[in-house]
Amino acid sequence: MAETPLPLSIASAALQRGGRVLWSGLNLSLQPGELVAVLGPSGAGKTTLLRAILGLDRLAEGSITALGEPVTRAGNRRIGYVPQQRPLPRDTAMLARDLVRLGVDGHRFGFPFPRRADRARVDALIDAVGASAFAERPVGLLSGGEQQRLRVGQALADDPRLLLCDEPLTSLDLANQRAVVGLIDRHRRESGAGVLLVTHDINPVLDSVDRILYIANGAFTLGTPETVLRSDVLSELYGAPVHVLRAGDRLVVVGAPDADESHHHHHEDPL
Amino acid sequence: MNWSDIGDALFGGVAQYGQILELVQNSVWAGAVLGIVGGLIGVFVMQRDMAFAVHGISELSFAGAAAALLLGFDVVTGSIVGSLVAAGIIGWLGARARDRNSIIGVLMPFGLGVGILCLSLYNGRSANRFSLLTGQIVSVQSGQLSVLIVISAIVLVGLLAIWRPLRFDSLDPQSAAARGVPTGVVSLLFMLLLGMIVAVSVHIIGALLVLALLVTPAAAAMRISNGPVAVPLLSALFGFVSAVGGILLAVAGTLPVSPYITTISFVIYIVCRVIGARRDRVTRAA
Repeated sequence: MAETPLPLSIASAALQRGGRVLWSGLNLSLQPGELVAVLGPSGAGKTTLLRAILGLDRLAEGSITALGEPVTRAGNRRIGYVPQQRPLPRDTAMLARDLVRLGVDGHRFGFPFPRRADRARVDALIDAVGASAFAERPVGLLSGGEQQRLRVGQALADDPRLLLCDEPLTSLDLANQRAVVGLIDRHRRESGAGVLLVTHDINPVLDSVDRILYIANGAFTLGTPETVLRSDVLSELYGAPVHVLRAGDRLVVVGAPDADESHHHHHEDPL
Repeated sequence: MNWSDIGDALFGGVAQYGQILELVQNSVWAGAVLGIVGGLIGVFVMQRDMAFAVHGISELSFAGAAAALLLGFDVVTGSIVGSLVAAGIIGWLGARARDRNSIIGVLMPFGLGVGILCLSLYNGRSANRFSLLTGQIVSVQSGQLSVLIVISAIVLVGLLAIWRPLRFDSLDPQSAAARGVPTGVVSLLFMLLLGMIVAVSVHIIGALLVLALLVTPAAAAMRISNGPVAVPLLSALFGFVSAVGGILLAVAGTLPVSPYITTISFVIYIVCRVIGARRDRVTRAA
């Protein structure tokens, strides 16, 4: 191929849930090295959008091209996927390195003979996410931040040019949020990967984010942080007064309904 | 019953131990293979939180075996059919843990009821009757024993073939799906393998006691190790010791095999808990 394909391009996408259209007409082209944050209340279809890109859910309309190929099959190893941090059970029969290793050989059927090349790859990934110090410890005994570093390592197994992160920072403390954002940031700078990152709090990624896709109330707005995170823009999106306040170097969105059921009630209740 | 009766029940066969052992050597083989495979699959039963499912499958396996006994079909085939039907239903309808538990809760008494009905209607040798519930491997015919061994071997090969995707899916189904693991297929295959090994266990220790070989060894191993290789190996070892040890002890007397197997397996678990608790204290103090 003469040109590197875009990491991701979404054309006139619409999402449906329970027979109701969540939103429609979404166009998004993710440039190499670009980080787009996806914001919005729960139930807005953010996770479903990521799953659609992975081929695990379907769009109601429109098409998705990931890394130059139309999305047809379920799952895609060329895409890195970082899930939300959920603490693993203490008695999980795995060492830290095994969590990373799932990214390297977890998809392979056949007798689980170890290969030397796999081991080298796992070592390199562990090194890249700064997990060498605890690589041989039981994964269930590690902190949430340490586990999340390992999940990033797992996601980077095939050096992906597209990284999808679904609330990767939830329930991490500030230092660990910074560390995980730092890892994602470095990967996109070094390998030119596009990143789509779903989050409910923009602050930890505010310094890294290029554009914001804000989905709410059956609509969305897409643009740079300066153009999206404004009281007038979000008020119009929500159809209700919303204030974006600046407190030091943090942004706080005040007045936005938590879940995306509000407009429902507005339509049904003559309030 | 006095002390000498109890002594006979426990050790009455010691004098002829060599001859008895020769008679039951196929049972020992079957117990050995089941112990190992049961221990291995138990690790996934624990990780996927499916102990209750194992119990549910075993009751339907019992129903299948009892129905086969009544209708004059092969009992082993009956137990496998019952097992696979249950495993298929649970795997198909019960993807989420909540759904799964309610489906099992509905299936289990039904299966047990059907099985008891079939046994009540059955006029044949009564020794066969309750061995399906509480197990009596030494009364299984040698042709059937070979079938049980072959089935266990198939489960072993199948389990090793899907080992890595199954591990991925058991730990984090979302990430596994994202990386192209066919999680639905893997889960269904696992249920079928589980169904087959449950059917084998029903014949060896009985439908009511299968958890002693399919859950307890893995639970014990997980108390004392976190290693991804150590836990399955220890679990297989514990299963092997429980099954083979139970049979070897039981044939020295006149008591059934099952209580020996369940007791050994339980004692191993207790010992592992104590070791694990002590180790935790040390880790925390460090």
